[in-house]
Amino acid sequence: MAQEFTPKVVTANALIEGDVVYLTAADTWARDLAQAEVLTDEADAQYRLLQAQARVDEIVGAYLADVRPGLNGPEPTHFREDFRRKGPSNLFHGKQADSLNHA
Amino acid sequence: MYQYNDFDTAFIAERNRQFRAQVERRIAGNLTEDEFRPLRLMNGLYLQLHAYMLRVAIPYGSLDPAKLRQLAYLAERWDKGYGHFTTRTNIQYNWPQLRDVPDMLDALAEVGMHAIQTSGNTIRNVTSDHFAGAAADEIEDPRPVAELVRQWSTDHPEFQFLPRKFKIAVIASDSDRAVMKSHDIGLKIVERDGARGFEVWVGGGMGRTPMVAKLLRDFLPRADLLPYLEAVLATYNRIGRRDNKYKARIKITVHENGLDEIRALVEEEFPRRRAAFSGVDQAWLARINAAFVTPTLSERDAAPYYAARDADPVFRAWADTNVTAHKHADHGIVTISLKAHGETPGDASADQMRLVADLAERYGHNDIRASHAQNLVLPHVALADIPAVHAALKSLGLATGNIGLASDIIACPGMDYCALATARSIPVAQGIATRLEELKIEHEVGHLQIKISGCINACGHHHVGHIGILGLDRAGVENYQITLGGDPSETTAIGTRTGPGFAYDEIVPAIERVIFAYLDLREGPEETFLEAYNRLGMAPFKSALYDQEARAHAAE
Repeated sequence: MAQEFTPKVVTANALIEGDVVYLTAADTWARDLAQAEVLTDEADAQYRLLQAQARVDEIVGAYLADVRPGLNGPEPTHFREDFRRKGPSNLFHGKQADSLNHA
Repeated sequence: MYQYNDFDTAFIAERNRQFRAQVERRIAGNLTEDEFRPLRLMNGLYLQLHAYMLRVAIPYGSLDPAKLRQLAYLAERWDKGYGHFTTRTNIQYNWPQLRDVPDMLDALAEVGMHAIQTSGNTIRNVTSDHFAGAAADEIEDPRPVAELVRQWSTDHPEFQFLPRKFKIAVIASDSDRAVMKSHDIGLKIVERDGARGFEVWVGGGMGRTPMVAKLLRDFLPRADLLPYLEAVLATYNRIGRRDNKYKARIKITVHENGLDEIRALVEEEFPRRRAAFSGVDQAWLARINAAFVTPTLSERDAAPYYAARDADPVFRAWADTNVTAHKHADHGIVTISLKAHGETPGDASADQMRLVADLAERYGHNDIRASHAQNLVLPHVALADIPAVHAALKSLGLATGNIGLASDIIACPGMDYCALATARSIPVAQGIATRLEELKIEHEVGHLQIKISGCINACGHHHVGHIGILGLDRAGVENYQITLGGDPSETTAIGTRTGPGFAYDEIVPAIERVIFAYLDLREGPEETFLEAYNRLGMAPFKSALYDQEARAHAAE
């Protein structure tokens, strides 16, 4: 039996800033995972990934990352994605700090 | 210190102009990432987990105050106020934005620096002994040879697309402070029958298949260096494994073909290479030598140093670990620890960099080194001035007295920054150092080198740590393997794995158990951790790691 498809988001790094971005349902790039479009269908996910990869003057290295539903939108299932969404653990830099500035 | 000549300056300016145009074309959408990526990597620009990272070369770890102040300026102007010194004696900026990088490179060029060949399958930054020119045991300063190799290898057209990256180290003493035998080629300047030449070591490396370099040539005449290096590189370029990234380093080429076969191929190639060298390289070397004159050190009364040692136990403890004997007896080599307990190994703020630059100017003959152990060094300080240097270092948190001790940990950036990492390494280093400080045992423990890598590529040199730690991803969870008995010195050895790995929250207590086992087992304070391990073998340490854990679980 084929493995069940787990929910995914399209993620990449922004071309200029280099920071982590997520594809939203409105075809924009969000800095916050909570705003990402959650893809639950495999064919749909592949299609959205191809669309994202074509946006070469906005982002670098788009790929599908596993997520699970949470209270405030999708949550990462792997610790690497958890670090990507927050920033480094040794210094209060990256998204964890930026989100305060933008809040 | 070597200063750029007109050729160097023009070359860097042209490269920077090209890269600026490449960045503009990328941003304008005229270059795809596939087209741009090799161009940015040739200029030291990576894309990491959270941002771009610019890796700036510090050739053989040598800096002067102007260079270090400019590195501080880059940190403040385009980064978050700090830089990270690496195990390849480079400095990395973790937060630049793509459109700023050309300006950063232009700012570096103003002080004769660049980021060329800090990435890619080329000859990388040439490293050397961070005590070069000051060490009592060297037969000469190895840096002029390192500079010659740098000039020869920079933009060398034949060696821009090697099977894999290529690292060269040069030393000139029996003590190996540069991990020379873990390099693709290690050069040791030696003397035979009154003539200077080189031992040429080949095929060392870390990564997933760690190997200690083998002696390819026991005495290479001085003037044959560059043609011989070309013969080795050309042989590797031709028969190195391009089909498999994990077998592409020269260590595998040497391993698969055998040292004798490699030697035969190199010797066959060598005459052709030798014939192409007119001797102009030796003329260059003579000019380079003139730039590396050890400063004239005046006779200074060392009494203030010894008075400070008697009066201040904190100063004495710091001096015991951080001051090394200089070839000029009334001077010392001061190592500045970038390993304050609980801080990130190798990080320095812009203010700290400027302070070190000021101290080098005032007390240190304008000479500063970055070491592969992620510390900074003032190689020529009069003993009489060292109390003042220590007092100044204290003011900015740079007076940690732990060089060579268990909290002087090498750690790669790991998954806090690196896109290749499989686990974090910085917080593990922070956790171990913090625990050692709580226990107040590291001076009792003595010389112990802990090295941590966050993936199998081994940038944190874990294979040659007395205690090595390797962070891996095991079924979606961070897991840390321990190796014991590695040795980065002239008696280079690869550590042995203890057994199953430990979870993130178990690794610091596990290291603590190993250290306490050593304290219990050693014959006395004079027997170091490595000596005790070599005498006792793995068994008692394994028992401390795993049996106690089993007991603790049983007691729950």
